[in-house]
Amino acid sequence: MSRTRVTCTINGDPAEFLCEDDQSLLDALRDVVGLMGVKEGCATGDCGACSVILDGRLTCSCLVFVPEAEGATIETVEGMAGPDGLHPLQETFLEGAALQCGICTPGFLVAGKALLDRNPDPTEEEVRYAIAGNLCRCTGYDKIVRSILDAADRMEEAVPAT
Amino acid sequence: MVRVIFGSALRQYTGGVEEVEIEATTVRSLINALDRRFPGLGGAIDGHIKTDALYERVPEGSEVHCLPPIGGG
Amino acid sequence: MTVTATPSYKWVGTRPVRHDGLEKVTGRARYGADLNLPGMLIGAVLRSPHPHARILSIDTSAAEAMEGVRAVVTGADFPILESEQGGSGEEYVDFRDLCHNVMARDKVLYEGHALAAVAATSRREALAALAAIKVDYEVLPHVIDVDRAMAPDAPILHEDMITEGVDPVPDEPSNVASRYVIDRGDIEKGFAEADVIVEREFVTQPVHQGYIEPHAVVADVGQDGKATVFCSSQGHFMVRSFTALLLGWEPSRVKVIPAEIGGGFGGKTTVYVEPVATRLSQKAGRPVKIVMTRDEVFRATGPTSGSKIRLKVGATSDGKLTAVEGSMAYQAGAFKGSPVSLGCMCAFAPYSVENVLLEGLDVVVNMPKVAAYRAPGAPMASFASETLLDEVAEQLGMDPLEFRLRNAAEEGVRAVYGPIFKRIGFIETVEAVRDHPHYSIELGPNQGRGVASGFWFNFGGSSSATVHINEDGTASVLTGSPDIGGSRASMALMAAEELGIDVYDISPIVSDTESVGYTDVTGGSRVTHATGMAVIDACRNVVADLRARAAMVWDVDVEEVEWVDGRAQHVSGDRAPMTTKDLAIDAAGTGGPITSSAAVNARGAGAAFSTQVCDVEVDPETGAVKILRYTTAQDAGRAIHPSYVEGQMQGGVAQGIGWALNEEYIFDDGGTMENAGFLDYRMPVASDLPMIDTVIVEVPNPGHPYGVRGVGEVGIVPPMAAVANAIHDATGLRLSELPMSPVKVLAAIGANGG
Repeated sequence: MSRTRVTCTINGDPAEFLCEDDQSLLDALRDVVGLMGVKEGCATGDCGACSVILDGRLTCSCLVFVPEAEGATIETVEGMAGPDGLHPLQETFLEGAALQCGICTPGFLVAGKALLDRNPDPTEEEVRYAIAGNLCRCTGYDKIVRSILDAADRMEEAVPAT
Repeated sequence: MVRVIFGSALRQYTGGVEEVEIEATTVRSLINALDRRFPGLGGAIDGHIKTDALYERVPEGSEVHCLPPIGGG
Repeated sequence: MTVTATPSYKWVGTRPVRHDGLEKVTGRARYGADLNLPGMLIGAVLRSPHPHARILSIDTSAAEAMEGVRAVVTGADFPILESEQGGSGEEYVDFRDLCHNVMARDKVLYEGHALAAVAATSRREALAALAAIKVDYEVLPHVIDVDRAMAPDAPILHEDMITEGVDPVPDEPSNVASRYVIDRGDIEKGFAEADVIVEREFVTQPVHQGYIEPHAVVADVGQDGKATVFCSSQGHFMVRSFTALLLGWEPSRVKVIPAEIGGGFGGKTTVYVEPVATRLSQKAGRPVKIVMTRDEVFRATGPTSGSKIRLKVGATSDGKLTAVEGSMAYQAGAFKGSPVSLGCMCAFAPYSVENVLLEGLDVVVNMPKVAAYRAPGAPMASFASETLLDEVAEQLGMDPLEFRLRNAAEEGVRAVYGPIFKRIGFIETVEAVRDHPHYSIELGPNQGRGVASGFWFNFGGSSSATVHINEDGTASVLTGSPDIGGSRASMALMAAEELGIDVYDISPIVSDTESVGYTDVTGGSRVTHATGMAVIDACRNVVADLRARAAMVWDVDVEEVEWVDGRAQHVSGDRAPMTTKDLAIDAAGTGGPITSSAAVNARGAGAAFSTQVCDVEVDPETGAVKILRYTTAQDAGRAIHPSYVEGQMQGGVAQGIGWALNEEYIFDDGGTMENAGFLDYRMPVASDLPMIDTVIVEVPNPGHPYGVRGVGEVGIVPPMAAVANAIHDATGLRLSELPMSPVKVLAAIGANGG
């Protein structure tokens, strides 16, 4: 099987790797790049556990063939915490007990970030629809929704008044 | 004395008897005593009922129920 | 909101950030599929396309010759075990059935039944090898519906299956594995005393636990013949004993390292691919990884039973239950062992009723062997019983909560299934819902409100714990209970309470099978209760040791040393207290490292009850049911970490709502599952649900040092009836079939002259 060279940016770092043409971005991120925070729950785009932000858009990485990621900018859960500490979503998920088993958590954090990147002050309903592509079987979503709303508040407070 | 109450599954071994009073101090001595009174019952209990508490004491005046194994999620 | 009757604790009842949280929000936590080893092969499993067929031959020669293929196994590579009941804690299995379920021999009994497996250098090669395995089948007629499976002309799954629990013993085999009966009081007298009698039939479909993480394992058998198995499960000691047993080995030949577990809900209390990967690794001499696809999870792992239930209830005009009678038939899947006896025991357990005749039938059918699912057996039975009770209350013109209070079980009452209840909090959960603002919010057009209650036994069982005091005065707490939803935090809180040190100075660790004593599966709502008791006992040993060491340093009698807030104090108050750290630093001088282990076979789990209220809006045009509001009250005995108690309550409700409205296994005429994916097997998403309000009721369990009752399971018991009763309140329709999907609701509206 011939391999294709893919060059892209992952969590701010330049990345270059070889992949098979029909390999999913999910498999490449996990097994080639080693980003195991991207989870596989279904491989059919129905559960959102493999969510990444691809060129600014929330995407199920299981539905993307790796060659499509050529030149793309990819964000995963591993890129959310910075040198200054956790992303506010990671903080509020911890404080709000928004995870139980935790397998869906990376996908929800990425989906939450994709929402807050474009809508810093969402309503509860907007949050619920923004994460409707992500399945959680443990929590009933209550604490996840609250934690995303809390993170929005925290980020708003952190923005200096202009 | 200990009062033992049989579920329907075990009554085929007791000739339809629903409960008995029997002398026993531990779960094991209870099962042995039941088997002496109703031959075959001890094996039936062993096959159907969780008996990991074999050496547990059975206080005087206790009521003992034979229930099917219970599995949780 | 929390209803409390509480002694004050410093740590118990607080809400610290869970100790494993950071790993899980940064993507670093390792789940079953997250381990890759050098030289690792990828395994894949060949599964039957037929729901029932005789295997005439399996030819693996072409597959074995393929490039990249390193090992192939079939049923012939595993010993056939004798019929023997056993288990690992609460999970009872027949080992003969288990070995046939993990790898079929003469017959395949459901679509998805494993019958061969390969290990190859890539997944692509493994799948190609599966395609090259030639199997000759003699396709047999199949049966999935319980009534058809019990019919005289039904295809028989097991030629040697003679119904147990029937007198006289039947001469002919059938698909009814056993009959269970609860027979108390005088049923005819009970109905003769009744002023109102209601009877109905109910149908529910199989539903899956729906954990997001598929089963995954990496097995590595070394040159010494010993196996190291890394996998996610609800109990790594269970995986060790079951894997060893299915390979014909002693348990000590297998070491299991627990991965983080991505959900289980009962479905990971048994093995599927673990023994297969281990045998492949042994044959290939290399590590083998098997990760199920979602399709495999649906087709080959445990759903819970679908059921047919007929119930009849009688009550007097002043609202007193006089008799309950009925029959329940549960699908067991391909092998015996549905939770039907539990359904019989749980259905009316919240109530005091003297005359009871309930029959349960365990029926084998051509679908995957059912596995435990959160309060196994209780939800479908309670859907039936709690819907009927609502109907009785309606006919009596009585508020449904008031009706429940008039019949409520309490301390001293004999449960429907036999024993006498100790202190329980059922009444308190009903009162909590009655007094909640939710119960009096006004409803609009097409809206309705329903209530329902539920019971679950809860379990104790075997658990071990080891506590080490580190040189810096912190503590490591090792247990053998996989952390499925925050139990590390609960263990740390109880240890902090006992040791008197900061909860963040405790490191709660889930240890492998060689590093901590045997521990039963994380199931039966048992971990905080039973493993918690082992942790508490080990901590108390450590505190006794710390006091003795302080007494040694001070050269006083140990009785003169008190342990307060993590420090040794002399009763006289004239010596400077010694902290845990002070004592840890000097440990070598006072007898060596400070460490203790404890183990329990815990009793006194304490029954759990939940009462819930649900508001719905029914769209008369589409039949769609929208959940508007939901409140759940549950007796937790003592909430160790209230956030994770709430989480269990909310999660159980969400699964119950899915079961009520959408989830079901759909089979075509050929016995093939038609919806083996998350698109068509429709679990609730965030936009389907409102906030789920929780009321933690705390009626302490006398069987636990802090009063803990398990909280994991009972929350899933009431929702189906609560939703059905709310739909009735909105539409006047009594729905008795799950799921209450738009198609069924619309049909009912139409049939009612809509």
